[in-house]
Amino acid sequence: MRKRYSREKQETRMGLLFLLPSLIVIVLITFLPIGQTFYRSLFRWDIKFESRQYFTGLTNYTAIFQGLVNPDEALSWTVSFWHSAWVTFLFTVVAVSIETVLGLLIALIINREFRGRGLVRTATLVPWAIPTVASAQMWRMMFSSQGGVINDIAKKLGLITDYVNFLGDSTTTAFWSMVTADAWKTTPFMALLLLAGLQTIPLQLYEAARVDGASKWRQFFSITLPMLKPSLLVALIFRTLDTFKAFDIAQVLTGGGPASGTELLSLFNYKLMIQQGQHGRGSAVAIMLFVFTMLIAVFFIKVLGADPYASKGRELK
Amino acid sequence: MKKRWIPRLLLTLAVIVIIVFMFFPFYWLFIMSLKGDLDLYKMPPDWIAKNPRWDNYKTIFTDHNLGQNLQNSFVIAFSTTLISVLIGSWAAYALAKFRMRFKSLILGIVLAVSMFPGIVVVSPLYMQFSDLKIINTYWALILPYLTFSLPMTIWILQSFFKQIPDALTEASVIDGAGPMRTLFQILFPLAAPGIFTAFILTFIGAWNELLFASIFITDYRKFTVPRALTLFSGQYTSSWQLIAAASVVITLPLIVMVLLLQKWIVAGLTAGGVKD
Repeated sequence: MRKRYSREKQETRMGLLFLLPSLIVIVLITFLPIGQTFYRSLFRWDIKFESRQYFTGLTNYTAIFQGLVNPDEALSWTVSFWHSAWVTFLFTVVAVSIETVLGLLIALIINREFRGRGLVRTATLVPWAIPTVASAQMWRMMFSSQGGVINDIAKKLGLITDYVNFLGDSTTTAFWSMVTADAWKTTPFMALLLLAGLQTIPLQLYEAARVDGASKWRQFFSITLPMLKPSLLVALIFRTLDTFKAFDIAQVLTGGGPASGTELLSLFNYKLMIQQGQHGRGSAVAIMLFVFTMLIAVFFIKVLGADPYASKGRELK
Repeated sequence: MKKRWIPRLLLTLAVIVIIVFMFFPFYWLFIMSLKGDLDLYKMPPDWIAKNPRWDNYKTIFTDHNLGQNLQNSFVIAFSTTLISVLIGSWAAYALAKFRMRFKSLILGIVLAVSMFPGIVVVSPLYMQFSDLKIINTYWALILPYLTFSLPMTIWILQSFFKQIPDALTEASVIDGAGPMRTLFQILFPLAAPGIFTAFILTFIGAWNELLFASIFITDYRKFTVPRALTLFSGQYTSSWQLIAAASVVITLPLIVMVLLLQKWIVAGLTAGGVKD
């Protein structure tokens, strides 16, 4: 017993040695900067106008909560933090819901036997693998009112009478365009993760259900969905977090417009901090983004019972 | 058995819809890349390129430096991947094979780190990189890319290492091999698919990244491919054919990679699904 204990102690020491380089890197480039960002959020610091920092406590937070973005009214760009948070929340809920439903549908289809199935499954990886910048540019061209194919199709089908600038005319069309472009890129991937989940369901369950005379619908709701729940939840948690911090798609597709209708939090934060140089207030927004992310993770793990350690679909970058 | 053809037909139709939905945008991108200035904004647009302008593909390399961007992206993504796999494999080895305390805590930390929004580390890292004078060098992206690539690599590798029987690593230790030798001579060859998988996924992640690439690099000669593509949209709004051509050029290698390596990619994406 004592020998075993000392062996564990020895292996712990050796293990920590092996972990050390990774832990140092993680501390230096993640934990330390997060701490500094928090510290910085307590200061007024606008590098465009002054190099000095003033300690202002939680003023940055109360300011962003009240919707004040610029300490100096001279700057014309003002979007309220809550507006951006709401847009981000809405985008996350809508996009992830659509991706999940469509993804499940596609997974159920690919799970059937047909010729060329392997090829289709491989093809589902392609939209996932290309840079979001490229896919966003692609959709920008298709949505355009000048030379855009979606306008062309919609008009030929009689859905619209005049060509529409989907990305610029109204916040509604821009928002849904962004959802479409995002769904195109991530749905196939969601399907792939759910397919992996589907394939772990024992076929005997369905055979038993058939013997008992259960209908296909009944089988889906009583066997497929409950058995799929763990993979579904894990895919959902990572997709939700990824969508919530999305930056590329809004930056390239719409630049946040029109009228800030697609101003996702990451983009809002980027504009505030990098383009306007407001590191103090920008840091406060960054910390809020961080807090929201943690809340989402806690919600999924504690309330819905997702188990990320089961880790289907961990690597959703 | 008579009515079997109806569901068959529906299935085939569904598959066709999926394929069209996924591939039509690529087709359109390709057509756009071959258009000339005059055809670009025509309504209704041409669905085929009537006078394909292949020289668009030359222009992006001669006038827009895409070759340099590709090189930057490649060096940065490759270095990120190499460093992640090297130090990540030590961590993964300890987490998968050592009897030690704090294991689940450390795994939890690794997992949590990969969920952080990138922008929360941007401001302090920018100041530090400025002090170190590494803004506009490859290091300015390699280091922040480790924030997501390292946890990802550790996670994938530890799940693959776990599948290798303990008996093998223990036998190696009993034979007198040190842990380093055990890692390189026993685990690495056996977990080669896992290492390969981690390599591909990290590479794709770093290759596609935009946020850090827009902040830590301000010199256009050091721009990575995604950053260069956003620039095309700002500065050359009138040259969609060039944006399209550049998108095709950077997308093709990824498509080829996916088609060739899909087995490993899928294994990595579902890593950890196998119970130990």
